[in-house]
Amino acid sequence: MSAHVPERVRREDERLARERQKIARDGPKLKGAKLEARLERTWSRPRGIIGWLATVDHKEIGRRYIVTALLFLALGGVLALAMRVQLAQPDSALISPQRYNELFTMHGSTMMFLFAVPVMEGVAVFIIPLMLGTRSTAFPRLNAFSYFMYLFGGLLLWGAFLLNIGPDIGWFAYTPLSGPQFSPGKRADIWAQMITFTEVSALAAAVVLVCTILKTRAPGMTLARMPLFAWAMLVVAVMIIFSMPAVALASSMLISDRLIGTNFYNAYEHGDALLWQHLFWFFGHPEVYIIFLPATGFVSVITETFCRRPVFAYPIVVLALISTGILAFGLWVHHMFATGLPRVGYSFYTSASMTVAIPTALQIFCWLATMWDGRPRFQVPMLYVVGFIVTFVIGGLSGVIIASVPLDLQLHDTYFIVAHFHYVLIGGAVFPLLGILTYWYPKITGRMMNETLGKIGFWMIFLGFQLTFFPMHLAGLLGMPRRVYTYPAGVGLELPNLLSSIGAFVVAAAVVLFVINGLFSLYRGAVAPSNPWGASTLEWAAASPPRPYNFAHIPVVESRTPLWDAEGELPVVTGLRVDEKEILLTTVVAATPDLREPVPGASLWPLIAAIAVGVLFVSSIFSPWAVVFGAIPAAIATAAWFWPKELKRHPEPVIS
Amino acid sequence: MILEPRFTDSVADLPTHKFGPSSLTWWGIIGFMIIEGAFFGLAFAAYFFLMGHEQGWPPEGRQAPNLLWGTLFLIVMLLSEIPNSMIKKAARERDVPTIRGLMPVIIGIGGVLLVIRGFEFNNLNCRWTDDAYSSVIWMLLFLHTTHIITDWGDTIVLWLLMRTDLGWEGRRLVDTDENCLYWRYVWLLWIPVYLMIYWVPRL
Repeated sequence: MSAHVPERVRREDERLARERQKIARDGPKLKGAKLEARLERTWSRPRGIIGWLATVDHKEIGRRYIVTALLFLALGGVLALAMRVQLAQPDSALISPQRYNELFTMHGSTMMFLFAVPVMEGVAVFIIPLMLGTRSTAFPRLNAFSYFMYLFGGLLLWGAFLLNIGPDIGWFAYTPLSGPQFSPGKRADIWAQMITFTEVSALAAAVVLVCTILKTRAPGMTLARMPLFAWAMLVVAVMIIFSMPAVALASSMLISDRLIGTNFYNAYEHGDALLWQHLFWFFGHPEVYIIFLPATGFVSVITETFCRRPVFAYPIVVLALISTGILAFGLWVHHMFATGLPRVGYSFYTSASMTVAIPTALQIFCWLATMWDGRPRFQVPMLYVVGFIVTFVIGGLSGVIIASVPLDLQLHDTYFIVAHFHYVLIGGAVFPLLGILTYWYPKITGRMMNETLGKIGFWMIFLGFQLTFFPMHLAGLLGMPRRVYTYPAGVGLELPNLLSSIGAFVVAAAVVLFVINGLFSLYRGAVAPSNPWGASTLEWAAASPPRPYNFAHIPVVESRTPLWDAEGELPVVTGLRVDEKEILLTTVVAATPDLREPVPGASLWPLIAAIAVGVLFVSSIFSPWAVVFGAIPAAIATAAWFWPKELKRHPEPVIS
Repeated sequence: MILEPRFTDSVADLPTHKFGPSSLTWWGIIGFMIIEGAFFGLAFAAYFFLMGHEQGWPPEGRQAPNLLWGTLFLIVMLLSEIPNSMIKKAARERDVPTIRGLMPVIIGIGGVLLVIRGFEFNNLNCRWTDDAYSSVIWMLLFLHTTHIITDWGDTIVLWLLMRTDLGWEGRRLVDTDENCLYWRYVWLLWIPVYLMIYWVPRL
């Protein structure tokens, strides 16, 4: 092995080995306040605006993700209110048909691409390393890059909307409507390129999460002891990796059809508009589960803590998550029943769509069993779980109904579908999200949210939601088509629409109340101890809010519920260096200690790379040559990102 | 309340690098390989979807791409695995001089491949604007070209780094090992792409 190593390098190796002995490490001799002060110095980012932009701390990035996504939720919600005002009465001329097209396009695109997926990733980026007992995500600079790409994608879409060139083609942008012939101008390109931004972002975050979950778990946290939320995010990240390329490819083909005259979707030159639908829904259906499965992870977390009992039948919940993840890829054609498919296609996708209800139902039964066997405390997060189960079951059942082709052909593109997917998305994802934000709020901010305001808010949003969306089932059964800016008087649609509009404002008021509670509690909330809810998982062993290094020593896990079994002491391993950022890698299945891994410091290059790639993406809306010339700064920025700032060897590797 | 630590083992003597699946970068690279593989797999699906609509493939009046340059590309690409394997072995043996010597060879081969690729584009016998068949053929070749260019640029940067003192560091040898793994993936993917562009239209 050493035959190739020259004498000079050999001497250097020996010198570095001696130096290595002097490195300070945590352990019985270096613990407590002294250790924490040193770790604080090592893990803190530089102060000031540069340090703020350059941070690679997963907690800061996760917080930014969550706050940005909630801002987009608010913006998307305002658009929904505008639509509900328009639809409150028949034959309304408040909003023009063109503007209405933009509103529902922006609403759907914002909610799916700028709120639902990023907020789940943001929560995961914040909490997963804490939950797994480590100090950082894998590839923290890639994580920072992914946030900036997401932000720029959102700014592109909303900047365009404010400049009156927002997309108007629906959130799934069907060809030929979105093609060059029927959508001249740049509206459709803005939409397609926003997709590219958010897909690059989501794919980067997915790789970060998979590697974090597989390689950085605390020693002893075997796959069989991993918290259910980590399982959910592992499945989701793998689903992102397999599904998001479909929409990125489809939207790139759309842009090239529009910009350089390819013919993928052009029927006159043997292309096919249905190719778009296949590629889009191959992503679009898994997308629904990419939003829903993290929420089931939230539900498992909350149910366990507030019932003081481990979730019933852990292996079944894990297998349900995995099988939902796999089945989700076999459902996409049920969005296309109205396009005219071979009979065998109908049968297959109907049965697949019904089958996916089975693992989901299994999970629900496991939660119910947990509640039945435990001692549920109905605090705000648990209320959201109950609201979730009620609402999601209704939405799931209407989903099973429309998996049947003859009924789907009747209800396709009506408000029945709108009601269905809001029941599963708001009931299935937003309720658990609000619950988990209340639950993890003390960990994120160090203070508790107000319980009374929280309970009022829950009942307002739960009842307001039913008032908004239940009448839509009826409007849909009465034949009201979606995406049409108004409806005539005298066909029975006035009452359901008026109720929906009133309900929408109740929901909006509840969201405002949630925000007020969040802001108020930031300054006036009760100070949170490290484990205010008496939970079992490792994030509650860290301070609230966690220090930049998360844990002074890396914890060791001996069961599925480490903090419930801790008995006043937390077993830890020692020996990570304290003068540079370092984490522990463990093996994928058994989580035995494997390697020590240096962690990169704060860097501006992820931001610069995101700006360079952003310029490339935006300018390629206008000229194909942007792909060539824009690639040069992007390549320089990524090379500089990788290039070490110090070219000398250290006793142990560091990433500068 | 923060729980008191109960000290168990020390991890101070663990290594800071290992080759293969122990390494975090290995998992990252596998993740990106799957993403790129998904892109190609879906592009193949689009190809067969469009092919299913046609009476002939290529459609009547078109010629399949000329075989010469694509096949030459395939041969050069497969031969590049010889220096690639040597570099990979050298990385695992900490044979930095061999790495420094052979990386320019593989970078040179990458340059030659890009020139051949230029001729390939010129010999597709269609323009992307002609019809859906032409669009999808161009897309496959374009996707694979971006694949080559990114790995080529990556290899140049890594070569420059391996020429510094840091080249002796274990983690950089892991980087080199994994860069070779990635190059294997690039040429492995070319085989189905080559068949799709040049041979499926000749079936």
